[in-house]
Amino acid sequence: MATRKRAAARRTADDLLDFWQLRLYVAGKTARSEAALRNLKTVCEEHLQGRYRIEVVDLLVSPQLARGDQILAVPTLVRQLPPPVKKIIGDLSNSERVLVGLDLRPIVLKGAL
Amino acid sequence: MAPVSKRRAIKRLEKAPTGIKGLDELTRGGLPRGRPTLVCGGPGSGKTLLGLEFIVRGAAELGEPGVIFTFEETGEELAKNVAALGFDLDKLVAEKKLVVEFISIDRSEIEETGEYNLDGLFVRLAYAIDSVGAKRVLLDTPEALFGGLSNTAILRGELRRLFRWLKERGTTVVITGEQGAAGSLTRQGLEEFVSDCVISLDVRLDHHVATRMLRVVKYRGSSHAPDEYPFIIGEHGLSIMPISSLGLDHDAPAERVSSGNAGLDEMLSGEGYFRGSTVLVSGSSGTGKTSIAAHLVASACKRGERCMYFAFEESPAQLMRNMRSIGVDLGPYVKKGLLRIVAARPSLFGLEMHLVSSYRAIEEFDPSIVVIDPITDFVALGSAYEVRSMMTRLVDHLKGRGITGLMTSLSNSHTARAEEDVGISSLIDTWIVLQMIEVAGERNRGISVLKSRGMPHSRQIREFTMGKQGMRLVQAYRGPQGFLSGSAREAQQALDEPLPASGGRR
Repeated sequence: MATRKRAAARRTADDLLDFWQLRLYVAGKTARSEAALRNLKTVCEEHLQGRYRIEVVDLLVSPQLARGDQILAVPTLVRQLPPPVKKIIGDLSNSERVLVGLDLRPIVLKGAL
Repeated sequence: MAPVSKRRAIKRLEKAPTGIKGLDELTRGGLPRGRPTLVCGGPGSGKTLLGLEFIVRGAAELGEPGVIFTFEETGEELAKNVAALGFDLDKLVAEKKLVVEFISIDRSEIEETGEYNLDGLFVRLAYAIDSVGAKRVLLDTPEALFGGLSNTAILRGELRRLFRWLKERGTTVVITGEQGAAGSLTRQGLEEFVSDCVISLDVRLDHHVATRMLRVVKYRGSSHAPDEYPFIIGEHGLSIMPISSLGLDHDAPAERVSSGNAGLDEMLSGEGYFRGSTVLVSGSSGTGKTSIAAHLVASACKRGERCMYFAFEESPAQLMRNMRSIGVDLGPYVKKGLLRIVAARPSLFGLEMHLVSSYRAIEEFDPSIVVIDPITDFVALGSAYEVRSMMTRLVDHLKGRGITGLMTSLSNSHTARAEEDVGISSLIDTWIVLQMIEVAGERNRGISVLKSRGMPHSRQIREFTMGKQGMRLVQAYRGPQGFLSGSAREAQQALDEPLPASGGRR
């Protein structure tokens, strides 16, 4: 019973580390915000297929949300999971830097565990 | 009627009072309303406090809610700073008069890729402003953005847009900026975005004494005092030496104040000094300058007036003991709270600091008579020009408040008068000179009125004595050779007086 519980806990921890929860902050539908979302989707599909969720927050609609994640620049991509929190600002046009910014090295992470 | 007022509104720049002592006078009413003002200075120069005071006073006292965006301080530091001003930050926030937001930007957790703008900051500002209907905004200091974001081209463009946007919204904004290298006001050149009003703060170290200085570098569309002014950060925030009375527009009351000595009053056309006038008592050491001051104070206190005595050479106890020896007991007045003796070595503070702190003390105590004993000690603290400028402002301040001021001045020799070094004779309304007269192997005290504006005064040198009953002027005595004093006078008196035996008259 105890072992099963621990195993389950480990599974969720693994799942957490393996699941990318991303939030993209934009301010209105601008060419730049559209481009950022497009670029992000491309990177995720390529590297995180099935293991990510993107949430788009339009600050013009919910300005109160900018405070929590300390948003100044838009677009800002926040990696909420896995920890630690990472931020990438800009239109995400340079996918190389997006990968670096997201710490997208799942294989290395798994190996370390 | 309406078009007239409209035209006026266009002509005149509207101002937002800061509520900071002295600053509103300096800027002729406050900061430009609806425009940004840059406050720059080195670390620890008081920029943040000035900005905070502007916002907090606006919110708490002037009915103008505010927003504080701080890029550097933590909540604890900020609350401490606001508490130092005597306000409760949390209470103001709870009452919806104030919004405080902390902007933290950590380069280590931020990656930049591609184009971006600072709409996030705009959105947050707009949201904060709208949530309390803010009229005032403090940005302390947006320069921190340069540390967090690497694309300075974008940043500069965005800051320019930010200030334009704030201007369009009609908010009065204070932006602080760290002083840059020689020649530039701020490190990141914020002054190029904020062109309406620039205030520069500085801490100057002179003779190991730090003095804070404030200068309005620029004020577009308004006149302002262009000089540098000292200020202190006291219990209630900033306090800048006011210049309101520079215009020589103080009242000239006809009321008189007794000097506390019948003989001296008589020399001053029988009634003493004018109320609100400035009296200088000069003389070499031991001539009785302090005694003249004490007489004035004692008689005023007796009438129930409040007096303030700045003693720069004696402690209060010493002063009271010495004055008791000539029959002037100040002790009871101190106990009653009518007399306040402020004793300090002048070298304890800088000249400007002295000025501001005495100004403050006067403001708090609200006396009708102020004694400064002596002013000559200030000479050691600064150049003649500085001392003169300080004395001018102090005298102006006293006159502006209708306070009768008496200053003593120590002259070292008979010829060179220290007060001429200080160069304040033109500020003085009544000038009393005390001197030692050395004749025939003895020294006698002589008193004369060198000038007294607006009254016919005695032009004689009168002899006076100090005794247990106080100061006593001896009847002027003129012999064939002129003024006589001491035993010569007594001899002449004896000669002149008819012999008692003859009983007759000449």
